[in-house]
Amino acid sequence: MTDAYIYDHVRTPRGRGRKNGSLHEVTPIRLLTQTLEALRDRNDLDTSYVDDVVMGCVTPVGEQGADIARIAVLTANYAQTVAGKQLNRFCASGLEAVNTAAAQVMSGLSDLVVAGGVECMSRVPMGSDGGSWAMDPQVAYQTYFAPQGIGADLIATKYGFSREDVDRYAAESQRRAANAWESGYFSRSVIPVKDQLGLTLLERDEHMRPGTTVEDLAQLQPSFVMAGEQAGFDSVAIQKYPEVERINHVHTAGNSSGIVDGAAAVLVGSKEVGEKLGLRPRAKIVSFASIGSEPTIMLTGPAPASEKALGKVGMTTEDIDLFELNEAFASVVLRYMQIFDIPHDQINVNGGAIAMGHPLGATGAMVLGTLVDELERRNLNTGLVTLCVGVGMGTATIIEIV
Amino acid sequence: MAELITYNVDADGVATLTIDLKDRPMNVITPEFIEQLDAMVEKVAADASVKGAIITSGKSSFMAGADLKGIEDLFKGTDAETLLKGSMAFNNILRRMETCGKPFVAAITGTALGGGLEICLACHYRVASDAEGSSLGLPEVLVGLLPGGGGTQRLPRLIGVKAALPLMLQGTHVKPAKALELGIVHKVTPSDQLLAEAKRWLMESPDAVQPWDKKGYKVPGGAGQFDPRFVETFMIGTALMHKETWHNYPAPAAIMSSVYEGIQVPIETGLKIEGRYFVSLLLNPVARNMIRTVFVNKGAADKLARRPKGYDKTKVKRLGILGAGMMGSGIAYVSAMAGIEVVLLDRETKYSEKGKSYSQTILEKRVSQGRMKQEKAEAILALIKPTTDYADLAGCDLVIEAVFEDREIKADVTKKTEAVINETAVFASNTSTLPITGLAEASARPDQFIGLHFFSPVDKMPLVEIIRGRKTSDAALARAMDFVQQIKKTPIVVNDSRGFYTSRFCGAYINEGITMVAEGVIPALIENGARMAGMPVGPLALLDEVSIDLSFHIREQTKKDLVDAYTPASGDAVIDLFYAKLDRIGKKAGKGFYEYPPDGKKYLWPGIKEHFPIAENQPGVEEVKRRLLYAQSLDAARCLEEGVLTDPADGDVGAMLGLGFPPYTGGPLSLIDTVGVAKFVRQCDEMAEKYGPRFAPPKLLREMAERGESFYK
Repeated sequence: MTDAYIYDHVRTPRGRGRKNGSLHEVTPIRLLTQTLEALRDRNDLDTSYVDDVVMGCVTPVGEQGADIARIAVLTANYAQTVAGKQLNRFCASGLEAVNTAAAQVMSGLSDLVVAGGVECMSRVPMGSDGGSWAMDPQVAYQTYFAPQGIGADLIATKYGFSREDVDRYAAESQRRAANAWESGYFSRSVIPVKDQLGLTLLERDEHMRPGTTVEDLAQLQPSFVMAGEQAGFDSVAIQKYPEVERINHVHTAGNSSGIVDGAAAVLVGSKEVGEKLGLRPRAKIVSFASIGSEPTIMLTGPAPASEKALGKVGMTTEDIDLFELNEAFASVVLRYMQIFDIPHDQINVNGGAIAMGHPLGATGAMVLGTLVDELERRNLNTGLVTLCVGVGMGTATIIEIV
Repeated sequence: MAELITYNVDADGVATLTIDLKDRPMNVITPEFIEQLDAMVEKVAADASVKGAIITSGKSSFMAGADLKGIEDLFKGTDAETLLKGSMAFNNILRRMETCGKPFVAAITGTALGGGLEICLACHYRVASDAEGSSLGLPEVLVGLLPGGGGTQRLPRLIGVKAALPLMLQGTHVKPAKALELGIVHKVTPSDQLLAEAKRWLMESPDAVQPWDKKGYKVPGGAGQFDPRFVETFMIGTALMHKETWHNYPAPAAIMSSVYEGIQVPIETGLKIEGRYFVSLLLNPVARNMIRTVFVNKGAADKLARRPKGYDKTKVKRLGILGAGMMGSGIAYVSAMAGIEVVLLDRETKYSEKGKSYSQTILEKRVSQGRMKQEKAEAILALIKPTTDYADLAGCDLVIEAVFEDREIKADVTKKTEAVINETAVFASNTSTLPITGLAEASARPDQFIGLHFFSPVDKMPLVEIIRGRKTSDAALARAMDFVQQIKKTPIVVNDSRGFYTSRFCGAYINEGITMVAEGVIPALIENGARMAGMPVGPLALLDEVSIDLSFHIREQTKKDLVDAYTPASGDAVIDLFYAKLDRIGKKAGKGFYEYPPDGKKYLWPGIKEHFPIAENQPGVEEVKRRLLYAQSLDAARCLEEGVLTDPADGDVGAMLGLGFPPYTGGPLSLIDTVGVAKFVRQCDEMAEKYGPRFAPPKLLREMAERGESFYK
């Protein structure tokens, strides 16, 4: 089997996913185009060597629809021979794209693949692609559909995380993200987003609230009380988890991932193609896995996904130097740390989506990139990146610095 | 074949189809009716001299819907394909009616429900009479079905999905004025102008095309998978359905899906989708169980099916009530509401007056809500005479004692009462646990002594458990039943025993709940398991309501009465602990299995696990549900075996109306039938092995299993 390597990665800064966000005026195709251009230009890449562009996008409708990956190939002026495909593994789409690219390389059927993702949440709202899970009564009834915030609150209730626990975690995410930006840890991979005139629109993640304290966070109203109590979703969750008397709604806008716009791209290829093109590999993709987990609690997939990816190569969490687990909700990370007994200083060391935001389709590629950069910076060896995924799934990837 | 629909054509070419099922109080849909309706529609369509047709009723009500007794036959081994064909046959007639090119008007004389309203919805114009008491609705969900005559397709197409869904999901009836406001009917008129209005519309050369058959039709309020309002309606609607049905009732989900799927396609396809969901409900035991118990057997009980024959119908004119507490006051209220003169007696005037004020409060509320006229409320209240003097009981045809549950006090009031009442009067005890035969020993005429067990709150609870003592005569039973009917309650008749039927049945439920506590089952799992089994209240919450000291005292009384014959219950130790050691006696004390914070919702007392540590291996919720339901079903079966119950219908109707036993099961005995007697016996044997001899199936069930019998045919 051919080994798959990560040669480079870039990402846009994350713009607030609202009408007042700096990237709101930028179309998703333009955002993705600039990302592909940056990856090509900084590597002086002859794109005719690229076999495929695989892009995650969770709401592939409207201007994100119709295979945005292939269209971006054209608008970024990649060689016309480069194929493109869009995929959807919900929140892990960006990582799944990298895993898919790696699989193509490992199989020997592709040499060089660009993988990543894009999501302009301010322009194509989350959930606007519909789907039978939430709206088709037969499906929702049979599978106990509940929104993910209910699942996050259920995790907190079931595994004993208080409002203070999740707020403390969130405040630390903000502190770490601010520190990472101050210290320039992201500077190698974040590319500024430009307007039509070439002027910079955004060069820094703008969702962050540096200086946020646990006391500040305590002021926020829980986000899922209405959905839980009035719309009936607590009852749905409790019928799946009848050992729980009532759900403690601890998650707020402050300890959940932010809604943002952004895109990312990772260059994945074989050793041979790198040698031919004069590229230096930065990390090897050691293993990856996706799994299904119980869908109502929805967000407990990272642990079994990690175990599967580790098990495939005979590793354990002991062998991992740094972890990145997408901060969809604070309780998701706290539960993961609880299961594997991972100290906080080994996971999400530069903050995460609570501080910087979670552009659904792109996040997986972004956190992978963060992990590569940080392992290199700390001179460490192995890293594991994982995300919880909608409808009860988890995706994990293990990398090794070379 | 009897003529169920008459056909008349007037000089202007207006045909009038008058529905009148002469041998029935209400028009219902029967196979013969469907056949005749088909012929009539074709006649209108074919007759060139007919301009249009009015469909109306020969009765003051329009039509009550399907004949549920007839539907019961459909449950007996019919296959899906045949059922679907049958259901489509009726729909094809209605579809033919709305597309044949001739305009049809529904002249709705009064109440139109279910299939009756569905016929109207397939007409091009609907005019309803404003007659008092008439209502329109699609109540099929209440018997586990859906409106299968196009209701799930036409109603949302007519008034929008958001307005139509709740009417069908809750089976709500609306008055004609409200139906007009919602757009279900086009016009409301006084009864005598109904046909004139129908004809007026027909004479204006109306368009015989339904809105949904017109080009460019759009569902009011939007519909379709890309309409956010539509999506939200179904997303939240389904979650609320989980909350309300606990996954026990298939009809609401079938209604939702019939609308969701049907409205996205042309109506003809939608009608097929509706038909498939309708048949899926016919094939589900829930509809059969609900129709049997909620409708057929409850109806039979209301008509006094168990009344001894050969006794003239009686009416209570003057009722005596001893004890003006919760129960006495409630019985006074419901009796006065039925026009009965009530003598409400208690030891002191302040108590008897307080008993009367209970009625006053309810009546004032009704008046202030506009549900009753002031004069009427006053007249009802005037029927209640509070007193402290036994002499005032003279002339009562029936006296009900509702005094403290103490043999001596009861004996005392019995004697005092019998001293003043007529020799023909019936004396009833409202005891909930003490055997009637024993109480009758204080009576000089035990043949006229009977148990009338009411449930609290009396004005809301529909059941009265009539207990026959060993010496109670048929005549007294007949009179007691007549009284229950007079106050519009449903009677069941049981033979004397400790706890009769309902109280011991309820005890079996509570005992199983607290036994699980003792085993270390997570209390929330017990309570949620009970709700998921369909019980209205978890066993721990129920025990808190009943109060633990009362349970303790009843048990001590039982021990005292039975001496060596007393078999300790599996949950006795839990009662002892909560009563004697912890002093947590329930809701009235603000602490029991639950904590009752003054400014918040009750929650399970966290201290339970200190006394009963959480077991490492927890049962699955299905196991919890089964234990709670089977404990009750077994008790009902034992009551039949012991002759406490004489008919399974009483066991099922009584458990459902008195204790909220889940309607989807059809009652504790229907539940055994649904599981299958043999399988039930096998499961109980396993449970007896695992949890104790209380699950050992009685001989009755073993014999039934061997013979392949069931409680119901």
